[in-house]
Amino acid sequence: MGAVLSPAVSGATPIDASQCGSINVEIGGISVRLVTKDPGFCYMIEQRYAGFLNSLAQPDYEFALHIAPPPAEAPEEDARVFRNGRVWHFERGDFRAEWDARTRQGWVRQSPNPYSIDTVLRIAHSLVLADEGGFLLHAASAVRNERAFLFAGISGAGKTTMARLAPPDATVLTDEISYVRRSGPHYRAYGTPFAGELARVGANMSAPLDTLFFLVQGPVNRIEPISQIAAARELLRHTLFFAHDPEMVKQVFHSAIEFVSRVKVARLIFTPDVRAWELVR
Amino acid sequence: MNASYIARSGAVASRILDGEMVIMSAVDSTLFSLNEVATVVWQAADGCTPLSEIVTLRICAQFDVSPNEARADAEAFVEELARHGILLVSDRPMVGVSPHASENS
Repeated sequence: MGAVLSPAVSGATPIDASQCGSINVEIGGISVRLVTKDPGFCYMIEQRYAGFLNSLAQPDYEFALHIAPPPAEAPEEDARVFRNGRVWHFERGDFRAEWDARTRQGWVRQSPNPYSIDTVLRIAHSLVLADEGGFLLHAASAVRNERAFLFAGISGAGKTTMARLAPPDATVLTDEISYVRRSGPHYRAYGTPFAGELARVGANMSAPLDTLFFLVQGPVNRIEPISQIAAARELLRHTLFFAHDPEMVKQVFHSAIEFVSRVKVARLIFTPDVRAWELVR
Repeated sequence: MNASYIARSGAVASRILDGEMVIMSAVDSTLFSLNEVATVVWQAADGCTPLSEIVTLRICAQFDVSPNEARADAEAFVEELARHGILLVSDRPMVGVSPHASENS
């Protein structure tokens, strides 16, 4: 991969990759090299993504990080993601980034905080996955009996609870953002370092996807069938897609339809205790 | 019914799922699922066939419904989807608008 990354905006100077720290963060088998001159930030990234670092991996994508002082005011807002030609732009009060899908290189200008780069990685992975029929999902996930189970829901639905109550023979992939890749007719769930309330990175492993559950808390544990159309509607509701780009929306739609046509989807009505896991086997 | 022509917008994605047509607006991500009759209208919305002909030759021919009832239902459906930008409506044929707008399978 080329040594010099050239941000296309004023105020961000090129970084020579051979003279600064670079870290390969590999999530879902996709390696993103982060290049930074800032040793402190480098250390922070290593700590945050420990378990998902692979220095031997040939990076699939690369971002040059330009660390700047925090903005005087960074209003809370959603990230804006849009495409100009082949270049994607990611923007929020606390960061700006550009990413060329063809060269697979980009840059990020942000203050020294972990949340900006975390969001950039989520956006980049969501775009990469969309191209292959996968997605990131607001869902906890875990592997049991060598099969992966996803537990999707809005905040408060019980994602963290299901992760916290996972029995010893289940391995938690994430309590917040599930990572789903498609390979032909099959789907696979991967662990992610994108943590929720548990503030704990998931296990860096993967397994074939068995069932997607939509979580609903109720008085009795039970699994309830759900129509494919309702499943698609729910799935789209919980899918992370930052880019409101018409072509991307279409891709995500078709991915959701394909997914619910091929994977078991059901509602898991559960009381928040360990017995809920008796239904997940 | 006025002579009106309807065409599927290019800014949508659509698929048959579980026997029903599901449509998503690429503009605002709104999701619609259509009943059987609405699906027939949707699939016939090629920009060239008058809505009146769709009602007569497609809906009345396939479903047990009176022409007046079919016409009223079709007009209501078209109005609803047009409001969301899913269907385009014109008083003249719209050549080359619809053919690849929908990606049914």
